[in-house]
Amino acid sequence: MRVAAPTLVALSVALAFGVVLLILAGAPPFEALWLLVLGSFGSASKMAATLLAWSPLLLASAGLVITFSAGLWNIGVEGQIVVGAIVATWVARSLPGPVWVILPATIIAGAIGGLIWALLAGVLKTYGGVHEIFGGLGLDFVAAGLVVYLVLGPWQRTGQASTSGTNIFREEAWMPEFETFGTAWPVIPVALGLVSVFAVWLLLRGTRFGLRLKAVGRNPQSSFLLGIPTNRYMLGAFAIGGALAGIAGTVQVTAFHHKLVPAISGGYGFLGILVVLLAGFSAVWIAPIALFFVAISVGSTQLDLRLGLDSAFGGVFQGIIVLFVMIGGAWSASRGSFSQAVREEP
Amino acid sequence: MEATLNSIIAAAAPLVIATMGETITEKSGVVNLSLEGSLRLSAMTGFVVAFWVGHALVGFGAAAIVGAAIAAIIASTSIRLKLNQIAVGFVLTLLAADLASFLGDSFVGERGPRVPALPIPILSDIPFVGKVFFDHDLVVYGSFLAIGVTWFVFYRTRAGLNLQGVGERPEGAFARGVKVNTLRFWYTVLGGAMVGIAGAAYSLDVKLGWRETLTLNLGWIALAIVIFGGWHPLRVAFGAYLFGALQVLAFQLQDVFPGLAQVLPIAPFPLMIIALVFVYSSGFRRIGDHFPRLRNLLGSEAPAAMGTVFERE
Amino acid sequence: MGLATHDIRKHFGTIRANDGISFTIESGSLHGILGENGAGKSTLMKILSGFYEADSGEVDLDGETLDLRSPADAIKVGIGMLHQDPLVFLPFTVLDNFVLGSPGPQRLDRSDARAELERVSGELGFRFDSERLARDLTVGERQQLEITRLMWLGAKVLIFDEPTTGISATQRDQLFLTLRSLAENGLIVLFVSHKLEEVEELCDSVTVIRQGKVVFEAAMPITSEVLVEKMFGKVFVEEDRDPAPFGAPVLELSRVTIEEGTTHIEDLSLSCAAGEVVGLAGLEGSGQRTLLRACAGLLAPSSGLLSVDGNNLNKASYRDHLAAGVHYLPAGRLEEGLVEGISIAEHLVLTSEDTGFFINWDAADEAARQEIDDYSIKGRPSSPAEALSGGNQQRLLLAMIPDEVRLLLLEHPTRGLDVGSAAYVWQRLLERRSDGTSIVFSSADLDELLRYSDRIVVFFAGDVFAMRNVGETDGEELGHLIGGKVRG
Repeated sequence: MRVAAPTLVALSVALAFGVVLLILAGAPPFEALWLLVLGSFGSASKMAATLLAWSPLLLASAGLVITFSAGLWNIGVEGQIVVGAIVATWVARSLPGPVWVILPATIIAGAIGGLIWALLAGVLKTYGGVHEIFGGLGLDFVAAGLVVYLVLGPWQRTGQASTSGTNIFREEAWMPEFETFGTAWPVIPVALGLVSVFAVWLLLRGTRFGLRLKAVGRNPQSSFLLGIPTNRYMLGAFAIGGALAGIAGTVQVTAFHHKLVPAISGGYGFLGILVVLLAGFSAVWIAPIALFFVAISVGSTQLDLRLGLDSAFGGVFQGIIVLFVMIGGAWSASRGSFSQAVREEP
Repeated sequence: MEATLNSIIAAAAPLVIATMGETITEKSGVVNLSLEGSLRLSAMTGFVVAFWVGHALVGFGAAAIVGAAIAAIIASTSIRLKLNQIAVGFVLTLLAADLASFLGDSFVGERGPRVPALPIPILSDIPFVGKVFFDHDLVVYGSFLAIGVTWFVFYRTRAGLNLQGVGERPEGAFARGVKVNTLRFWYTVLGGAMVGIAGAAYSLDVKLGWRETLTLNLGWIALAIVIFGGWHPLRVAFGAYLFGALQVLAFQLQDVFPGLAQVLPIAPFPLMIIALVFVYSSGFRRIGDHFPRLRNLLGSEAPAAMGTVFERE
Repeated sequence: MGLATHDIRKHFGTIRANDGISFTIESGSLHGILGENGAGKSTLMKILSGFYEADSGEVDLDGETLDLRSPADAIKVGIGMLHQDPLVFLPFTVLDNFVLGSPGPQRLDRSDARAELERVSGELGFRFDSERLARDLTVGERQQLEITRLMWLGAKVLIFDEPTTGISATQRDQLFLTLRSLAENGLIVLFVSHKLEEVEELCDSVTVIRQGKVVFEAAMPITSEVLVEKMFGKVFVEEDRDPAPFGAPVLELSRVTIEEGTTHIEDLSLSCAAGEVVGLAGLEGSGQRTLLRACAGLLAPSSGLLSVDGNNLNKASYRDHLAAGVHYLPAGRLEEGLVEGISIAEHLVLTSEDTGFFINWDAADEAARQEIDDYSIKGRPSSPAEALSGGNQQRLLLAMIPDEVRLLLLEHPTRGLDVGSAAYVWQRLLERRSDGTSIVFSSADLDELLRYSDRIVVFFAGDVFAMRNVGETDGEELGHLIGGKVRG
């Protein structure tokens, strides 16, 4: 709990900053913040929407914890979500059969798509000498181009090609929901998200693979001399991170949109990087932080509807929180305390 | 032909200024990863301020301050707090981009002042060359100046040698009496200000007005071009013009080959990756050994201390 | 006239690196600063050159008290320092290295600077191709470049921190000539070293530092016995050697050629039997590391045969070598051995032979406690590697060596360790030897080489220069061989 004090100070400063910003934008600040809460948790259906958004963020963040552990900046996570969504869409569109066939098939398809895309960045890094940030960005661009091409070309909507997306999938390809309290709950996506966060935590905390991954991330040279095949472990981290991001893509197409749209990643990849930075690269705090962040994202759409504010306020607020917590942590560390969590280089 | 070259040079001008700024920053050993966000926020600020005041120049000033301020955050958190530059830069990328969307929302669709055209008398009358190089406005002339001055300072002045020393081996520069962290801070701020000016150029010169997607992906592309350019101002400029050519080509061909226009905007990144793989290959490196004069131009090594923190003890 | 310090103090954390250092040096003298590793010599020199700021105390030059807050201040008053690893900029040309940091107009006049470089280097007897990259210079040439630059800047005091590390004997002789002529021209030359012979050979006067304090000051010549006593506080007693019986050959090199950078080991045949210890002597960078790396599988020999226990490992990877029972321990403990941020227990898990997917942390902690006890490591199972002292890091590395090792390759196994830790390290290594492990180690310490090796391979200028059985040689001969001279 030694990080608690500077973190709380940083959070309050971030909140104050947000209030100032709302005042500058001519909005009643406290009403706006209350709208954030109402917009994300104000009713059963809003809660369900928040949980549905939470799932892909959990999946992407869990994958990023793995890649960060191996010392990798997996900026290609956005592209991995997109390709996961594309492959899942392909299966959803072409595979006949009932839901219990298509559901696992789309999940596996998404995982494979993300995995391949991540391995491409990994191979570029380990064998091509291209830093993963730039290899990953490049593959993000390519994936974005690919999805636009598919939506406007081969998979265009019946009638006329439109950037609003492909045809809606047939219902057997939708991830099943569970109706209770008058709304449909995204139980499967949330379960996928929570299970992967737990699995990642267990992998890093309790297994030889995870320990070696950490060693590779912190000192590849020593790790190699200890007999760890460093390239293979880096590729392994890319593969796991990519697979989880790809499943996030499956959730986006089969549980949320029920079709493929150009902006399919929903920005959850980059938002996941923020979540993991805020969590200090550890899996322990991923779930609550991710929930907090999607609540802000989902709630901020209410600002647009009710106050006419741009919903980007949510992103601003998230960014400020991460920035201030990082600065606060490093500042107190430089004052001699031991809260190094956020300043450790991945 | 003349017209096409003229528009390529005009289209590339903001990118040239931004990439020169980032080259300066990275040469000093700091990575300002926030370009995608910096460009968008400074484009928005530049436009809004110019719109209020009714004068483009003031907009450029405000945009430069925004870019410089973001860079100052990266430099000071790295130097003072030893925070990871990539992490801070990434957070600022998203933060600045969203801030631009949030604050600029109500200005979308407005038209602001523009940078007046300023053909240079006499020079612009030279056949071909005049039309291509001297029939532009101040932003474009500014981009020429940025290339020339950056190159000159890097390779012909003491300040430039110190700057490169600081990015290459800070202990060595420090032992020779160079103020490492002071220089890093100010070169990062200068680079950020140039990125800010580039942002304003997009909303006040290339297009008249601001919308969210105005500078979409250009910040990432600028970062890629700096690597492609091997941190050498002339090669970086070449990369920026190459991208400008792709943009103009895509625009001109969109009626003929609609598919191509979709592909070209994403082309630079795959191209850059291929270029990087090629440049890192051993055959390419050997060229520099055979032609020492071209060594700087062909070299592709990042400044050795880029992204690190210098501490005295 | 001269350089004087008064009560210089500097601490890092709880360590008092300089604990009240005062001395005086006359102009025109070549003055040695002696002390073992960690005595506080480097800290003092960095204070004199402005790299560090002292906590208290003052420095006077020619009767004036100096205000040294940065290297810029030191350069201004004429104090220049040559760091152990010359601080040149590798991708820059010789000329740019020469000019960087020098005062003058903003516009660089390179032809003017080239003329200056030629003039000053000519005066010193050096020759440079001004367009070469510093990366292509030998360490000795980089030193010459730095000397040239500092002289050009008008240095009155020149500090050399362990300057003979990594240079050849010829370059060393030339360096010493240069240092003498600099002193004859009225400069103060401070020669920092832990090598007695060099100080004896070169200096007019000497200051010995131990544990951050000046313990001895005198004009040379002084006998080495006295200097050794002052440096270490006690004179070493040679222990009786107790060699183990040799078994079958483990490491066999037959007509092996290894190339790495400027190192070129040609046609080397060498074998090391079970229970044998082979010491690699030579100045730093003379090829010992290259040989060790080749034996470890990190570098493939360009020709010849390399085998362990009769298995040909010529083209084998590092991991194949590991599997064959080869274990390599490089000198950089935190760079090439341990992982920062990972605990003692975790390190031991990383190297344990257990291969289960899940880690039983209770068992791992227990095992770690056992090893901590066994190797008397000062630390807890949860202590991260970087929190351990050098000696304890080395003990941890020893604990991480698997039981079934056939060949141990060690680079400077006791560098930077206090006498007690060093003795402990060897005690454990000799136990291994008695179990039939072959040991090949490099060291800069002749004493260590003579005490523990059965055979000594001397490297010089990137190749094997001589081989001696330990009973047939002595420190004096080794000293000559290391310098590239056969006693005759």
